[in-house]
Amino acid sequence: MKKKISKGFILEIAFIIASYVLLTILMKSGMLNRQYTALIVPVGVNIMLAVSLNLVTGFLGELSLGHACFMSIGAYTGALISTSMELPSYAEFFLALIAGGVMAAVFGFLIGVPVLRLHGDYLAIVTLAFGEIVKSVLNALPFTNGSKGLSKIPMYSNYQHYTLVFILVILTIVIITNLVKSRHGRAICSLRDNYIASESIGIPVSRFKVLAFVIGAFFAGIAGVVYAHNVGIIKPTTFDYNKSIEILVIVVLGGMGSIKGSIIAAVILTVLPEMLRGADDYRMLLYSIVLIVMMLFNNSEVKERLLEMNLFKRHQKEVD
Amino acid sequence: MALLEVNGLGISFGGLRAVDDFTINIEKGMLYGLIGPNGAGKTTVFNMLTGVYRPNNGTIKLDGENLVGKSPAQICQTGVARTFQNIRLFKKMTVLDNVKVALHNETKYSLWTSMFRLPGYFKKEKEMDQRALDILAVFGLEGQAQVMASNLPYGQQRKLEIARALATNPKLLLLDEPAAGMNPNETAELMETIKLVRDKFDVTILLIEHDMKLVAGICEYLTVLNFGTELASGTPDVVLHDPAVVTAYLGE
Repeated sequence: MKKKISKGFILEIAFIIASYVLLTILMKSGMLNRQYTALIVPVGVNIMLAVSLNLVTGFLGELSLGHACFMSIGAYTGALISTSMELPSYAEFFLALIAGGVMAAVFGFLIGVPVLRLHGDYLAIVTLAFGEIVKSVLNALPFTNGSKGLSKIPMYSNYQHYTLVFILVILTIVIITNLVKSRHGRAICSLRDNYIASESIGIPVSRFKVLAFVIGAFFAGIAGVVYAHNVGIIKPTTFDYNKSIEILVIVVLGGMGSIKGSIIAAVILTVLPEMLRGADDYRMLLYSIVLIVMMLFNNSEVKERLLEMNLFKRHQKEVD
Repeated sequence: MALLEVNGLGISFGGLRAVDDFTINIEKGMLYGLIGPNGAGKTTVFNMLTGVYRPNNGTIKLDGENLVGKSPAQICQTGVARTFQNIRLFKKMTVLDNVKVALHNETKYSLWTSMFRLPGYFKKEKEMDQRALDILAVFGLEGQAQVMASNLPYGQQRKLEIARALATNPKLLLLDEPAAGMNPNETAELMETIKLVRDKFDVTILLIEHDMKLVAGICEYLTVLNFGTELASGTPDVVLHDPAVVTAYLGE
């Protein structure tokens, strides 16, 4: 039993190193043109967003339509710090990351508490409204520079700093995966499956609902900081509900409650629109068709069969 | 002093008096049955005991500690666990995880330990696995530990629910129609399991049941509810032959 666990652990480490080496080769060898190297950071940002939203939607089981709002809070906080402070760049970015994450987490708490008594559709609408409120406030405040947004944000996390982004993405994935497979994660999943039963076995229901929101928001905030320091310009309209829906689409496509799925879906759905650029006018049409086909496949018997075959093979191996 | 002391418990929903002046005392280690026709208020009593409903009047004391006004989670921590009439398992979780969730307040480690897998994590998780497997073994479910709870056959789902309730280490276990939907063989097996549970886990059991064979077979004491009020109380021999009880069940 113990040997098996460590084997899985080594495999994971090997996989992380391999993906980093692959990434480095791709970046350094010039195999990717400018169009694709510019996608590296957005892919990372979307992975972080999708994995953190999956904690709320997939594991806690509450539909949240305001994930982009936590991202915007992180982005603005981080950008304000790095544009106004005069620190060495690494210290500044580190501070921006922490502050962005913490600020987003505070807002996660603020939204988590009032929606404690809500479930399902009602909660989804409240998160949607909350996102719009944040957007409007960012539009109105003097220090966020209204609808023009913030610009000249130092590029601390553009494609040249891909190592840093890679580390942040891995940290997000590892922490959320660890959390899900722990005492606290099980409590969160139990809320999704049966609220009344988890109360009856002594789970402090409210605490865990808020906890999932706060942690999800924290990582969305960090993703926002990375986003801001990659693009250099942020506007309130970047973080409207379209962005929230985009993240939700990634989570649904990857599979609710599947972190691996979220990662794969984030990569596909970020790269796909770029690959379709050649199709010009038909780009969004093709994108939508591909999305429909992928959703159908994801929910089909074909996929179930494939998974079963995979399980069967694994079982056979164990028997041997 | 009795383990559970319930005095003058009552609750109304709108104009309907669902339960009125309900009083029972359950001694430690007892196997107590709560019976009555459909709609008599049995499950309502369970819901008041576990904090799902707040009674309008009356007191509930477990080991001298007041339970009225506490949340279901707090009541669970003082030592009351329950199962549900319509099974409420964590369906998308494995059988093992279903029991491990219930160990939440038994084996603890911090959020940081969870997120960063600090050294304590593996030790505590191993402890939890062991404890959960021990409990599952009592119900013959240890072989299905990694099966998704929703994929278990019906009878085993009922058992898993009892196993999960026991994992919270309760003093009092409330079983809401444990034999519902079971065939006579399964019911007979369940009777043995319930007795075993009481002895092995040193727990007091209050159960709601319609299966008179089960009630007469294992309960040491019975209370009959009808239209929210107590109709009779006593040992099964006496109560089940009480003309008032027979009338309530079968009609005039």
